[in-house]
Amino acid sequence: MSAAQGHPLRRMILRRLLIGLFTLFVISVLVFLAVSLLPGDIAQQVLGQAATPETVAAFRRELGLDEPLIQRYISWIGGVLTGDFGRSLANGRPVAELLAGRLGNTMFLATYAAVIAVPFAVLIGLLAALWRGGWFDRTANVLTLTAISFPEFFIAYILMYWLSVRLGLFPSIADPGASPSLGDMITRAFLPALTLVLVVTAHMMRMTRAAVVNVLGAPYIAMARLKGASPWRVITWHALPNALAPIINVIALNVAWLIAGVVIVEVVFVYPGLGQLMVDSVTNRDIPVVQACALIFAAVYILLNLLADVLAIATNPRLLHPR
Amino acid sequence: MLSMTRRGLLATSAAAAAGALILPHGVRAQEPKRGGTMRIGHGLGATSDSIDPATFSAGPAITGMLAVCNNLVEIDAANQAVPELAESWEPDAEARVWTFRLRDGATFSDGRRLTPQDVIASFNHHRGEDTISAAKASLEQVVDIRADGDNAVVFELAAGNADFPYMTSDYHFIIMPANEDGSLNWQSGLGTGGYVLENFEPGVRISLKRRDDYWKPDRAWFDDVQILTINDPTARQNALMTGEVDVINGPDLSTVHLLQRRPGLSIVETTGTAHYTLPMFCDVAPFNDVNVRLALKHAINREEFLEKVLRGFGQVANDSPITPANPYYAADLPQNTYDPDKARHYLKQAGMEGLQVELSTSEAAFTGAVDAAQLFQQSAKAAGIDIAVRREPEDGYWSNVWLKKPFCMGYWNGRPTEDDMFSLVYAQGAEWNESHWDNERFNELLLRARAELNQDLRREMYREMQELVSQDGGTIIPVFPNYVDAQNDKVAHGDVAGNRFLDGWKIVERWWAA
Repeated sequence: MSAAQGHPLRRMILRRLLIGLFTLFVISVLVFLAVSLLPGDIAQQVLGQAATPETVAAFRRELGLDEPLIQRYISWIGGVLTGDFGRSLANGRPVAELLAGRLGNTMFLATYAAVIAVPFAVLIGLLAALWRGGWFDRTANVLTLTAISFPEFFIAYILMYWLSVRLGLFPSIADPGASPSLGDMITRAFLPALTLVLVVTAHMMRMTRAAVVNVLGAPYIAMARLKGASPWRVITWHALPNALAPIINVIALNVAWLIAGVVIVEVVFVYPGLGQLMVDSVTNRDIPVVQACALIFAAVYILLNLLADVLAIATNPRLLHPR
Repeated sequence: MLSMTRRGLLATSAAAAAGALILPHGVRAQEPKRGGTMRIGHGLGATSDSIDPATFSAGPAITGMLAVCNNLVEIDAANQAVPELAESWEPDAEARVWTFRLRDGATFSDGRRLTPQDVIASFNHHRGEDTISAAKASLEQVVDIRADGDNAVVFELAAGNADFPYMTSDYHFIIMPANEDGSLNWQSGLGTGGYVLENFEPGVRISLKRRDDYWKPDRAWFDDVQILTINDPTARQNALMTGEVDVINGPDLSTVHLLQRRPGLSIVETTGTAHYTLPMFCDVAPFNDVNVRLALKHAINREEFLEKVLRGFGQVANDSPITPANPYYAADLPQNTYDPDKARHYLKQAGMEGLQVELSTSEAAFTGAVDAAQLFQQSAKAAGIDIAVRREPEDGYWSNVWLKKPFCMGYWNGRPTEDDMFSLVYAQGAEWNESHWDNERFNELLLRARAELNQDLRREMYREMQELVSQDGGTIIPVFPNYVDAQNDKVAHGDVAGNRFLDGWKIVERWWAA
């Protein structure tokens, strides 16, 4: 490492953000190419069975799809750099307007699930580490692994069947309507949020347990025990801080998944989030919308990973100086 | 046999009393009444949906826009063309020039009166070089559309067409306001219908609000209607069961019996014009031999198809696209049946024993298409025909497989008239002639029947054409699937139209609160 210019943490964040921007650019090129490589284009997809050569040609003319690929990419990225994400090819709506509401919905659901899942998983993980090998540890492991092993749609249907169809406690449709109140949104989104909690808990809980158990073998833990600290205090005060880095990383990955990977849950519960929008847009080869969604998802991953690293460094400054 | 006991008497009178309590309610449910809200769980929606009628293919946007707008003509429950925005219509002697008289008192929801210019723009939107409309083919016969005074529109056709009024009922030809320059202002979302579009979020929901000044006195009963896009069939069914919605389209046929068991839920089933097709290219070997086509038509087990793929929700078809819902359906034609011996006989005639063919299929063609292909494979084996089932990707099926592969599967919603259906798919040179069939006698009859105004002569001609398609045609049409919807007991309706699902897509203005 050369002589420090400015605070090393700030320098790292700046460098990572620049790399992130470059990553976004590469992703936009890749997604653009991938969508163009798919068989058929938006004209054929939207017209479906009714796609005659003439109507397809007219459609392409109208949308400027008859221009070469590179030119279309350049005009798209030119727009993005000036803050204009363009319009959906399928229905002519501005992409920003299409995305705005759905991004809010996706963020709400992800936050809802994360607020429940993260403390829950970490707590279960700590308790499992505390009573490792005991009945609690085993039960928690079996249950969370069972939950993660089922496909999401299966968990979703089971929850829907019991809590909605049989018991009538929660609505089976999560769409909160045009202008919902916060209370409405919380009730409506409860089942999808619960499904997501069940899916992500195992990962975070097991990482918490493993990281903490790993540290428990260290001499300073023995020291803490010998000075008479209670087992719970040893785990939360002495072991956890040193085990935080990997836990934070797993939490970041899971939260990113909650934002970018929940399309199936969205479909089953009819929740108007970004995932459904992206799938529809890929099906229709609606490139501007696909690109915008892909950029958002990529940015989420990049930022959350950066945040995870910063937090990990904050808990363990040694990580700033890799050997 | 009738012995009167005390207990029996009590039971009967209790039943009678219960009947008396229930019945008036049942009768009252038949009387339409104003007010209430209906929520529809609608499949086939996507975030790419648009209210531009040129892009309509299926889905909630159409159900919504058919409540916001009217056509010139609508199709009623008896599959008759009845006046909507056109008060009356008049052909000339050759059925070539049609004059539609527009209704007085029909206004757009912004208060503007309907003019012939609006009608002209609404049709021209689907004509010409630059149109992207799927309905372009239907209007190719139109040479000119012009206004005749303040309240009449004249359509001039290239040749006579006795069914032209029917065609104006197509959901693409909803009437929307014209711009100054004669183009269509579909972006406004305005119409002359009973509802205004309050909120349209493609792929999520459509909110409709009743207009107080609707010109139809006996329609548009609900105050508000919500159409939710629910593409997952299980989610759609759950939404109906938990009371989140009142009506759904396309319940999963394999679990419909479970749905029916729940109190308060019922199935709405209509025989419409829909049909499944297996087109064979008549200009490609081996299908260029009519004996091969007949062999395959006798090698498919239609009853099994109906029972296993459609779970009985349909009817056996006879290789003709004309269904019992069409006006000139010929019910008395000899039925092509599953008969391996007959199939072998035809193969022998063709000198093609041990025929091998490849059938391209995909769930994109229709739900259950892959299963149907495998059933066909098995039933054809008994006739010594080896069908290789080739499963194609769903994505892009209509652009890359259909009309491209010599033997594949397809789906048609059908058309209300024989002429429209035959002209679109069976006429020589038609863009969608999926079987490349070219039958001289058929093509000649098609033109003659189209311009014929005498009903009996037409019936005779259409009968012969159905026989030709069935015996010589290049398309196996095994079954007519019914339109199946499901509802709860909070909504009621009269006779349901069979031209599409959800009461001919006009559910919003036709149904009422029970």
